[in-house]
Formats: sequence, C-alpha cells, structure tokens
Amino acid sequence: MYPSRFKYESPNTVEEAIKLLDAGKGEAKILAGGQSLVPMLKLRFAFPEQVVDINNIPGLDYIRFDADGTLHIGALVRHEHLEKSLEISKRQPTIAAAAPLVADPIVRTRGTFVGSVCHADPQGDWAATMIALNGSIIVQGPKGKRTIAMKDFVLGPYANSMNYNEIAIEAVIPAPQGVARGGYLKLERRVGDFATASVAVALDMKGDVVVGAGFALAGVGGKTIDANEAASALLGQKLTEATIAKAAAIVAAKAEPRTDHRGSAEYKRHIVETFVKRILVANSTQKVA
Amino acid sequence: MKLDEVKIGGMGASRRRVEDNRFIRGKGNYVDDIVLPGMLHMEILRSPVAHARIKSIDTSAAWDMPGVRLVLTGEMMAARNLAWMPTLSYDTQAVLATDKVRFQGQEVCAVIADDPYIAKDACGKIVVDYEILPPIVNPVQAADANAIQIRDDKAGQVGNKVFDWEIGDKARTDKAFADADVVSKIELHYPRTHPSPMETCGSIADYDRATGKLTVYMTSQAPHIVRAAVAMVAELPEQNIRIVTPDIGGGFGNKVPIYPGYVVAILASILTEKPVKWIEDKTGNLISTGFGRDVYLKGEMALRKDGKILGVRMNTISDHGAFFSDAQPSKFKIGLMHSAFACYDIPTAHMFATGYYTNKAPGGVAYRCSFRVTEAMFFQERMVQAAADDLGMDQAEFRRVNFVKDEQHPHRTAFGFLTDSGQYEKCLDIGLEAINYKNFAAEKAEAAKRGRLLGIGISVMTEPLGAGNSREYDILGIKMFDSAELRIHMSGKALLRTGSRGQGTGHETTWAQIVAHELGIPADDILVEEGDTDTAPFGMGTYASRSTPVAGAAIAMVARKVRAKARKLAAHLLEVSEEDIEWELGRFYVRGNQERGVTIQDCAMAAYSNMPDGMEPGLENVAYYDPPNLTWPFACYIAKVEIDPETGVWDVLQFVAVDDCGVRINPMIVEGQIMGGLTEAYAMANMQYQTYDEEGNIIGGNYMDFLLPTAWETPGFELYEVVTPCPHHPIGAKGVGECATVGGPAAFVNAVMNALTEKGVRNIDMPLMPNRVYEALTTGKDVYGMPPVRSGN
Ligand SMILES: Cc1cc2nc3c(=O)[nH]c(=O)nc-3n(C[C@H](O)[C@H](O)[C@H](O)COP(=O)(O)OP(=O)(O)OC[C@H]3O[C@@H](n4cnc5c(N)ncnc54)[C@H](O)[C@@H]3O)c2cc1C
Repeated sequence: MYPSRFKYESPNTVEEAIKLLDAGKGEAKILAGGQSLVPMLKLRFAFPEQVVDINNIPGLDYIRFDADGTLHIGALVRHEHLEKSLEISKRQPTIAAAAPLVADPIVRTRGTFVGSVCHADPQGDWAATMIALNGSIIVQGPKGKRTIAMKDFVLGPYANSMNYNEIAIEAVIPAPQGVARGGYLKLERRVGDFATASVAVALDMKGDVVVGAGFALAGVGGKTIDANEAASALLGQKLTEATIAKAAAIVAAKAEPRTDHRGSAEYKRHIVETFVKRILVANSTQKVA
Repeated sequence: MKLDEVKIGGMGASRRRVEDNRFIRGKGNYVDDIVLPGMLHMEILRSPVAHARIKSIDTSAAWDMPGVRLVLTGEMMAARNLAWMPTLSYDTQAVLATDKVRFQGQEVCAVIADDPYIAKDACGKIVVDYEILPPIVNPVQAADANAIQIRDDKAGQVGNKVFDWEIGDKARTDKAFADADVVSKIELHYPRTHPSPMETCGSIADYDRATGKLTVYMTSQAPHIVRAAVAMVAELPEQNIRIVTPDIGGGFGNKVPIYPGYVVAILASILTEKPVKWIEDKTGNLISTGFGRDVYLKGEMALRKDGKILGVRMNTISDHGAFFSDAQPSKFKIGLMHSAFACYDIPTAHMFATGYYTNKAPGGVAYRCSFRVTEAMFFQERMVQAAADDLGMDQAEFRRVNFVKDEQHPHRTAFGFLTDSGQYEKCLDIGLEAINYKNFAAEKAEAAKRGRLLGIGISVMTEPLGAGNSREYDILGIKMFDSAELRIHMSGKALLRTGSRGQGTGHETTWAQIVAHELGIPADDILVEEGDTDTAPFGMGTYASRSTPVAGAAIAMVARKVRAKARKLAAHLLEVSEEDIEWELGRFYVRGNQERGVTIQDCAMAAYSNMPDGMEPGLENVAYYDPPNLTWPFACYIAKVEIDPETGVWDVLQFVAVDDCGVRINPMIVEGQIMGGLTEAYAMANMQYQTYDEEGNIIGGNYMDFLLPTAWETPGFELYEVVTPCPHHPIGAKGVGECATVGGPAAFVNAVMNALTEKGVRNIDMPLMPNRVYEALTTGKDVYGMPPVRSGN
C-alpha cells in the first residue's frame, strides 16, 4: 500500500500522545487497531501529516466490572478480547452477541472497541451497541478528562464530538438495575462484511418485567441510528407478543435505509423489524432468574 | 523386483505438492519479489469516469516532482504507434487513452519514478480535463438506435454491436418447435464476475540497449503468446525477447490477456534504459482487467409430453465492455457456448449470439472455464429444470430420459461437438443416493413444520476441455497445441519443461508423476520447469483446463520417445536385439528371462558413457502434441438448501459432487481443484458479482463489495468419483480444473428455485442474495439482476 507521506510517532503515555495531538493542530490521527485507519490511508481517503500510534501505551487493555456492575472497556481492548471474555458473555449479552459478528477473526485480533466507536462508521457494530446500552466515552485532553454520553458522541458518518487534541480513554457501560439481557443480530453477505442491517437490543430485566431497554441500528442510515425511544413500548411490561410487536414497529420506523445493491429500503426495514422481534422473543422465552 | 508405482510417485499417487514446500515457507518468488538493480516503479493513472472525451492532460506538475523520471500519455504512446494494441479477439484496445476514456478505470497516464510512493503521488498531480459523455452500462442501452457510439475510433463500426453469430440448424429446429407438445422457456442473466487472483497483474520490463535484449518478468498464464505478441506489437526481434513468469499467485483466466500496463512498462524501460516495475493494486485489477460472464441468456426447449427433448433454441446477448478482448479461439465469437446440452440426446438446436460494447471494463476472459462453457452449462441446467417443472416431471427422471447413453459415444451433439465418453446416469445415481433423494419429500415436510423451505437442485453436465485440436482451435491464428521437453541426466535424474504454466495448480508435482508413470523414474528425481520462454518449448499456456489434456499428453509422448531410445541402449547393454527386449515400469529385461535386465537409470548412464557405435549420445527429446479432440469430463452436482422465508437467507445443508475426469494422476490435487471450483461456484450463486450504477461507476471494485467467500460460510462438499478414461488421451486423463466452477452454480440456484417452485417463481438471477430471495418469496415474481441498481450506502 502506498499512502501519502506521514510522520509516525509512538508515545508511551497518554499525556505524550495528547501533546502530539495538540501540536498536530488537527493534522495528527490516532492509530489504535488500524483496521479502519489503515484502509483509509491506503485509499488516500485519509492523509494525516502525523500518525500517533497508541499501541505502546501500557495499561489501556482492561475489561473491568465495578462492584455495582458498571463496565469499563479500555481503549486498547480488541474485539477478540470481548468475544472471548467469560465475564462479558455472562454479564453483557448484547456485547457478547455482537463481538463474533464484527468483521472477521483476523480483523478482530487487531481492531479495538473504542476505536470502532470513535470511527463512527454508520455500518459499525460497536457504536450501535453502545447507544443501545446507553454507554458513554471518557476522553482525555490537555485540560483533563470529560465524559461524553453516547447520544452526544456520534455526530454523523465518521464524525464524533471529540476535539482534535483528545483521546478516548475508555468506554463505560452502566450497570443494569436487574439483569442485563438482549442480543445482537446482523445481516451480512459474508463473514467480514459490514452490516446490510444490524440490530442491537439491550434489556434490563427484573424477573420478567422490563425495567430498561435500548435499541440502535447500523447499516440502515447515514449514521448509527438511535432507536431508544422504542423502550417506551416495553418499560414496566412483560415481553409479550403485543409489546414485542409494538417495540419492533417503533424501531423499524426509526430506520432510514436506502435502496442499493444490498436490497431495497423496504427489505432492510423488514429485516430490522424481524431482528428486533427475534431478539425479544428469544429473551422472553429465556428462563428469568 | 517390480516397482510400486504409487511409491515412486507415479500415476494415482496423492503425492504432496512439491511447490508447497516453498509456498508455505514464504519462499515463493512472485513478480513483486523480484528486485533488479536500478529498477524504477510505474503507477497508472486511471479514468475516474466511465465515458468522456479527453479535452486536455496537464502533466507538468508531475514532471516537476523530484524522483519522477518519465510521465507517459496516450499522445506520447501514439507518437510511437503504441497508443492502441490488438486484443486476442481481433479488436483493438487503448493502451493509454488518447481521444476518449471508455470505462471507469481505463488507463490514462503512467508515471515512472524512483519509488512507488513518488509515482503514486505524481499521478495525483496530473490534471485531466474530461468532457463527460453519457455512459452505456448494459446491452439494452447499447442496442438503442439513438445510443452514443462508444467505439467511434473504429472505421466501419456501426452502432455498438460487436458481432452477430449463429450456429446450429435453424430450419430443423423451427420444425421441432412446430411439432412440440410443450414449449418451455427461460430467461436469465449470468452476472459479471471477476477471477480476482490473490496476486494482481504486474511485470518488470528490462530492456538492455547494449545487447538489444528485452526481458519481461510477468504474471502470465501464457508466456509464449506474450512473446509472440510483443514481437508483433513492439516490432522487436523474437529471439531478443524473453518472457519469464515466476510463481503465479493464481490466474483463473485473468492472466491470459495482454494488458496496457505491460506495454507501457516495456516502452518505459526502452526509454529510460532501466528496469521498470509495474504492480497493479487490487482495485486496478478488479476494475480494469479481464472479467468473466456478463451474458443475458434466453432460450426455449421443444418437448414431447413423455419428456423427450425435441429441440433447443438459445439466444445470448453478451456485454464485452469497451474493447472486445475475450480470450478465446478465434473461430467462435461467444466461446464454446454451443457446448450446452452436450450430455443430452437432442436432435436439433440453434443458437443466435450478439455481442455489444458498453462503457465497462473489457474482458470476457474464460474465468475458470473453457471459454463461456460456464454460462452454457448454467443455462443448460436452468433450462432443464424449467422444462421438468413445466412437464410436471421429476427433475432427476427428466434428465435420465434425455441423457446420451454410455454406449452412444462417441456422440455428435446437436451443435456439432463430438463427445468421447460419458456415464451420466451413473454419476446421477451416485449423487442421488448420497443426498438421499428418496427421502427428500419427508425432509421437506419436516422443515416446513419449522417454518423453513427446503429445496434440492441438480446439475449434470459434460464440458469440452483442452483446446485444440489445431484444425478448429487457434488464438490469433496460432494453433492450440502444446509441448514438452525431457532431458534425462546421466544419473537417471531428469529435467522436464513444458509450454504450459502452472499457477498454483500443481504442475511441478503432477507432471513429474506422468514421467514417473511412463519411465519408472521416481517423481522426486524429476525437476519440472516452466514459464521461461528462453528455455521452455513453445506452448499456448495454461487456461481452459488445457494443461493435462494437451501438455500432459505431450509429456507422456516425450517420455515414450525417450523410452524408445532407452530401449536401444538397453539392447546394447544386454547384448540382445531390440525385439527381444521387454519393458516393465522402470526396467527393460530380456524376453523369457526376467532376471536379466537393466534399469532406466542404467540406460541413462549408458547414453553418456557407453552408447553403441553410431548412436547419437544423450537421452532427451521434445514432443509437440496436437490433440485429436477436446476431452470431455462430466459431473453431477447436487445441493440441498434450506431457506429462512422471513429473511431470504439460505444455507446449504448438503452438497454432493460426483466427478469423472478420467484417470486421476494425483487424486489429492484433483480433489483440491474440485473443492476450489465449488467454492467459486458457491460465491457466484450466493454473493459475488460486479455491477455498475447508471453513471458507470463500478460496484465491486474492492473487496468490501466484491465478495470472496471465506472458510466460514463456504459449505462442506462431499466428493465422489467415477473414472471413465478418455479414449484418445495417451494416459486417459481429462481436464478437471474447471468442472466444478462450471457445473456448480446451477446446482445451488436450482436448489433455491426448487424450494420456491410452489410460489410460482421460476428465476432469480445470481447472486441469490437474501433480498432477492425474499422479494421472490413475497411477490411470487421472478427477480432479475439487471438493469443496474444504485450504488451503496
Ligand atoms: C475487512 C474488515 C471488515 C470489517 N468489518 C467490520 C464489521 O463488520 N463491523 C464493524 O463494526 N467494523 C468492521 N470493521 C472495522 C473494524 O471493526 C475496526 O477495527 C474499527 O472500526 C476501528 O477500530 P481500530 O481500533 O481498528 O481503529 P483505527 O483504525 O486505529 O482508528 C479508527 C479511527 O478512530 C480513531 N481512533 C481510534 N482509537 C481512538 C481513540 N482511543 N481515541 C480517539 N480516536 C481514536 C482513529 O484516529 C481513526 O480515525 C472491519 C474492518 C476491516 C478491515
């Protein structure tokens, strides 16, 4: 591959990295897993003056649950770590369901969860997952740290609300009041394909009553789609045929698909509705502790 | 003691591939691995638009960049009479555009620089002013009376038609249709796809002014054809042209043609007097080099109520892109499309073919098939299924009724081919048994209870592989024979060279096995060399499954010539007359006294140290083989699929392949070829195609949209074999490299369509993506892949 010429820096601390970004005045780019940045460099869609590789900064690859159940995912946690984590599979079923559907096994060994959220690809799986889980991103800049809620983080396709001199340090996912349930379904043409349509559903359940719910979509709009308002169909209710159908209809209405070579807009909307129903049905028949 | 043929790596040995030793160690030597002193690097600037007049090209900023040695434009090529080059189908193709660009990705300029980064940067500095013209992206638009003419460069060209061509007996076929009880019809589009070898095209041209010698290292499946073409186009003396093809990272037909990049790199080397390397990037390969298929297929079948086929009509409309550069025998404008229905006993047939220019990449290469045989067999088996449905007959039974029977061979097909052998019914029976056809109705009912649709699809075919004979097959007038040269060293080890070119296909392994079979020299003692035109005997190269049928036969023949001389040496050593000598594998002995003998190695030593008076020393020979006919492998593929009607997603539950490729030289390699071919067949049926939007932008110009299947979604394949030796091939072998790509797609598609029969759906065009299946399911209507759709999100 023959990208444009760039300077390469590989700092060992977050502070050093921030200094480099700050000095770069918007012309420096962070390299995490490289699975989106490098293809863009190759295609010369991105031509930063400087690439700041954060892979040599120690201590950013943690997956940590607080005592209350809040989940922290460090900036260098790879997709594969999430896929293989027992903790995640037990406690965060939406993430656990999405992880093996992100890209292909090779990409998953390199790409990072946080990098993917930062990249804000409308077809990316993690930004959708984070919106459904009502997560937030902790970013650090020259003036210290701040927390950005997911609903304010993704601004549009490939655009987030960070400043050029900030680094995303970790993703935070709030603890459920009851038990975290949910799922993730993705229609792809082949393993390693981006979503034709993806649906993230996060549920917070007490017994068989829904006390919290989140929905988000990838691949069916110009940006990651926040469909959290569908929670209104479920809150305080059980997952019945009627409540499921209502929620699915609201989510489907939020999709903004376009007709293209992957299918018609109607087809994609239908897939969204079908997938929401499937995830909710699977959770309703699940034995609830 | 008698030699064990399998132990010495002879015929039938599943010998490990000798070439893999270097490949798995990362020690392969591909074009891009070659570094020559002082080498420069070339990058091509391609057209971003499909159809435009070039108003001006400003290269000054590129020239000004440090490290840039040369910037070439069409005008500069034209000054040297190199702006256009001949194609393999008697058309012309622009090397660098002069007047217009005619497809997105067309070569416009080339920069030659000290390193590839500079070359790429400099391409970005070239300013081309385009006046956009309306693009034509399918034959329907091309045929329109008011359509803009794409090839206004060609004197005498009318409209956008490339050719009209027909074959068969029209009057007799018309009569068959008049007499028919039932006429069954089908219409479909075989989408454009791309061979997409892992290694892209590329070359290093190295012109030495002192010696006048031009050496070109390149990824060609047919190096000798390149040498001939360079001699003609560049007007260099042929003895001073050396084409070397190092290891090839896959070809699949993509590396048969001569591409503009090769020509430009050669000129650049002549002008700069330095070696010039050009390595295409992946997108360049996908959007500008030889694609496959892109044909509308329409046809009908005249049927008798009892199921007998009375006649067939076919109509093809092919899209050739901007230049007619199909790589195919010159006599046949639409390749061997007329091999369709060769396994069926059909009294009469007629085909009409039309080709059009469009503003799409040129090509029409035989992507893993023998010149359009893939389209032919796909159409055949889709037509057969439609006919069985219309008659209300069981699809297996309908085929059985119409097969050419084993004892009818050799059989003249309705389109005029002569098939040499075939046991189609036997293949079908093995396949049906393996897939448990009898139980299918019960399985289908069980699946219906789970809300799933089950379908079973059959594809049976025989195909012509291994062109020529020279009477009928030539490329640009050069007859399609092949060659082998065998040298036995004094220690009994050997060097074999052929005019074919392996490209991951295992030639270095199997060719040695043929020699081992003929001479009893262990395969491990035989070095196989190919691809250097200074050393290899002339051959037409490797494509269309022709290496084993043609070069493979030449190898057997040259080994027999060598054996004939060795026999004389044996007679001399054993002090008996030649007539008293008998041969067994690896050894001559005196008739009636098996103990008294000499080995082939003894004879080899004698050829250098103890030849009889008057005998020419040495033990080597050359054979050129002109096959009497094509070889006709045959196969039966059966797929069982399950459809999720809520999404249109379908999964393959079972896939059975029964292949007869005659005698199997290396069964492991044969199985590998079949597995690989089926994987490609699955890709085409399920996910893979290249299409263009209304503006002529290609969709499928990178691996995000041009999908290659991975091990994850590719189904498992169960392989079975039948062996019917080819009656006219010296070792009874037939081609096999392409059978599965050719016959496979129809099995998958027929299976999905079988599941949808009750919905009244007759056709969904490939690829059968979930959205298309869902649309068919919910509307009860056929789904066509064309006209083109809008590009992606
Ligand atoms: C073949 C292939 C298939 C893929 N398929 C999918 C798929 O199906 N679903 C999917 O969701 N993704 C897919 N991806 C993308 C993949 O998930 C990427 O890993 C992910 O989008 C980006 O993460 P990264 O760590 O690789 O980021 P990088 O490529 O290193 O960076 C991406 C962008 O984010 C910025 N960035 C990264 N980390 C930080 C940080 N800590 N702070 C601030 N900015 C940061 C970078 O500057 C850059 O602009 C695929 C990628 C490939 C190559």
